[in-house]
Amino acid sequence: MEWSFLLVQALSGLASASSLFVIASGLTIVFGVTRIVNFAHGSFYMLGAYIAVTIVPWLLEFDRSPTLFFAGVLASALAVGALGVVMEVLLLRRIYRVPELFQLLATFGVVLIVQDLVLLVWGPVDIPGPRAPGLRHGVYILDQRFPAYELFLIFVGPAVLALLWLLMHRTRFGVLIRAATQDREMVGALGVNQAMLFTGTLFLGAALAGLGGALQIPRVSASAQMDLSIITEAFVVTVIGGMGSVPGAFVAALLIGLLQAFGVLVFPKITLVLVFLLMAAVLVVKPWGLFGKPEAAAGRAVLPEGILDPRPLDLAGKVLAGVALLALLALPLVDAYAVKVGTEVLVLALAAFSLNFLVGNGGIVSFGHAAYFGLGAYGAGLLVTKTGLPMEPALVAAPIVGGAFAALFGFFVVRLSGIYLAMLTLAFAQIAYAVVFQWVEVTGGDNGLVSVWPSRWAASREVYHYLTAALTVAAIIFLRRVIHAPFGATLRAARDSAQRADAIGVDVRTHRWLGFTLAGAAAGLAGGLYAFSKGSIDPTLLGIPLSVDFLSMILLGGIQSVLGPVAGAAAFHAVKDFFMPLTDHWRLFLGLSIIAMVLIFPRGLAGAWASLRRRPA
Amino acid sequence: MTLLAAEGLTKRFGGVLAAKDVTFALNAGEMLAIIGPNGAGKSTTFNMVGGQLKPDGGRVTLAGQEVTGMPPREVCRLGVGRTFQVAQTFLSFTVLGNVQMALIAHHGQTRKLLADAAAMHRDAALALLDRVGMAAQADRPVGELAYGDVKRVELAIALAAAPRLLLMDEPTAGMAPAERAALMALVAGIARSEGIGVLFTEHDMDAVFAHADRILVLVRGEIIARGTPEEVRADPEVQRVYLGHSGTRAAARARRAAHG
Repeated sequence: MEWSFLLVQALSGLASASSLFVIASGLTIVFGVTRIVNFAHGSFYMLGAYIAVTIVPWLLEFDRSPTLFFAGVLASALAVGALGVVMEVLLLRRIYRVPELFQLLATFGVVLIVQDLVLLVWGPVDIPGPRAPGLRHGVYILDQRFPAYELFLIFVGPAVLALLWLLMHRTRFGVLIRAATQDREMVGALGVNQAMLFTGTLFLGAALAGLGGALQIPRVSASAQMDLSIITEAFVVTVIGGMGSVPGAFVAALLIGLLQAFGVLVFPKITLVLVFLLMAAVLVVKPWGLFGKPEAAAGRAVLPEGILDPRPLDLAGKVLAGVALLALLALPLVDAYAVKVGTEVLVLALAAFSLNFLVGNGGIVSFGHAAYFGLGAYGAGLLVTKTGLPMEPALVAAPIVGGAFAALFGFFVVRLSGIYLAMLTLAFAQIAYAVVFQWVEVTGGDNGLVSVWPSRWAASREVYHYLTAALTVAAIIFLRRVIHAPFGATLRAARDSAQRADAIGVDVRTHRWLGFTLAGAAAGLAGGLYAFSKGSIDPTLLGIPLSVDFLSMILLGGIQSVLGPVAGAAAFHAVKDFFMPLTDHWRLFLGLSIIAMVLIFPRGLAGAWASLRRRPA
Repeated sequence: MTLLAAEGLTKRFGGVLAAKDVTFALNAGEMLAIIGPNGAGKSTTFNMVGGQLKPDGGRVTLAGQEVTGMPPREVCRLGVGRTFQVAQTFLSFTVLGNVQMALIAHHGQTRKLLADAAAMHRDAALALLDRVGMAAQADRPVGELAYGDVKRVELAIALAAAPRLLLMDEPTAGMAPAERAALMALVAGIARSEGIGVLFTEHDMDAVFAHADRILVLVRGEIIARGTPEEVRADPEVQRVYLGHSGTRAAARARRAAHG
């Protein structure tokens, strides 16, 4: 390898790092002030690109000058900043005090809404942007050609860092942002107009995301998949750098940009694994990131969100559960389609129940639970298609694979808590997704695996339905038992007060890790059952949208109840199955529903059932 | 015999020396109070003994066994119960459930997957609640209780580990005066009847001078005086930097009220 080649590789790494920093800085500033991890930050990035590919060509028709090009880019950033203000005023303002699970879900609702709106406005086809006038040529560096625009991008990151530094240290608004990042309560107590501060912060954060997106248009086309791919990278950058820290985001973006640029030379297929290893290494040494500070949570004495003292089912509850079970078993009497939906409901119910085992019972808000579901499905599917083993050992392997990956990722996850933990679960899930997506030779990539069929005896829909019912109901009953057992109680105790649990002799971290592993194994079993019910699997089984579906199910069912998630899974899947074929705007509908649930219906179906039961007859 | 010994404990936070060469010993059945103004290093010393903080220098031994730098859960297993300045209980559990949880942890049963936690150690938990006067409220959610009662539940949780040593960081903080006296009398009674050593920090001088066998006075991270309540009250240096004259008179009153 020649030095010139390495140099060019380094420069292109710096260009990516610079772009990544611009985006991640907005995310980390918004988090620092509002303590909300804004999923919609990726949507702002995407909107920045779409707005830029619309107005920049229009501007360039007047005069093909660099000035107009960059005026268009800046105008796009400002327009996205204005959309950030809209989001703050309409949504965020209402959810600053709700638990972080609800905040994450609500901002993800915005992601879904924006995805459908973008399709409505700009259509499904990718839109290429114009190249920047004056920067279209290549520059020769040691005989290697390097695009001038990339060279320009290298300087954008440090320039934004310098401007942010000036803003943070030389203006009143910036000083307030820094103060609020350190101690939000105190800033409020000093009489600062918090509404203005938060709105301004969202403007700044969204504008930075929009700028990041608009600057990309000469390199990549605007597409409707930009949002989720960038948000994961931005999450990884902020986790490594330390959430709320702008210099941390800069250093982390540099590390990741260079790691990817050189990693691609050594391990072309698995650069993402390198990113994962870097993140893991940083988090083992510094759990709060390179420049981050631990979350101040000690001394808290408020009732936790989640399952409160679980009681055995009363008579009405037992009757309801019995009727639901009988109805599921009677489905083969209706028709084949009802059996198919019933099997799916059972599988999803187990996945949702295992998630609420973590979220409601353990206070461990996993935002990437689909990873273990999908890895279980792939574990079973690969065993059947690659080694020719039958279904039975594959269904044994599914929970083992799900549990093993949950144990591996969980080892790092349980070192953190709250929002940091949620981000890390999400990042791990995205990495698992990317590996499955990219490792075409083994996993079939985007196309997935086909002919994952059950053994002959279980080949009919009806028999498979009963097999699924037996396994999922047994697993749910087992997990419910664990919730009532000392292990489940210990997880709840650690959720209520980790300090107290520690002081009575509980090894909190190990118990959380075991709980995470158990929930991952249950999700893996659900994934294996799902694979055989469909006959094929693809990477969407590990994706963020499915993780969010699971969370929506437990939210709909009620995270405070033990069996609510089962009802939530049934209701969610029935509604989705009924409405999705009827509308082209399922995501819009789902996004609005999630936000509505968070704002007006946070205790879910189980909450409604409980208030119905409590009403005097 | 010496139950707890701290030798030369030192802790530094940045440029601040929060504890400097703190040395003391505590016998079984003895109540030792650490007093001093805010920021004197009481909680720092306390957390170094309890395992919440790792000392920069010095060592802690429990009945001759070195426990320096051990995490709290291991310190607990060696027979140390602890209460916190802001009471830490399991808010989603009932009063009884809190103590049952502590007993489950004490018996090393936290990994059982199938037993019914609500049926375990009921009688033992009720007996502990009876000792702190909370048995009548066993089935109430702990989140509903008045703060003084939460502190009693926390004491029952700490006693569930059958401790040889109780660490109590400001046991009466946030309580009404009548509740304070009752709680301290309860602690003193349990300590003396069962030979449990109690190390506590406290701002309430009535509680300190009425119940402590010995007192350490900590100022700016250093012990400036130590001895029986009478000796400490009479120490001119303590009067000057901490108690003041009215405080000295109040201390004498408290001692007389408690011992007749």
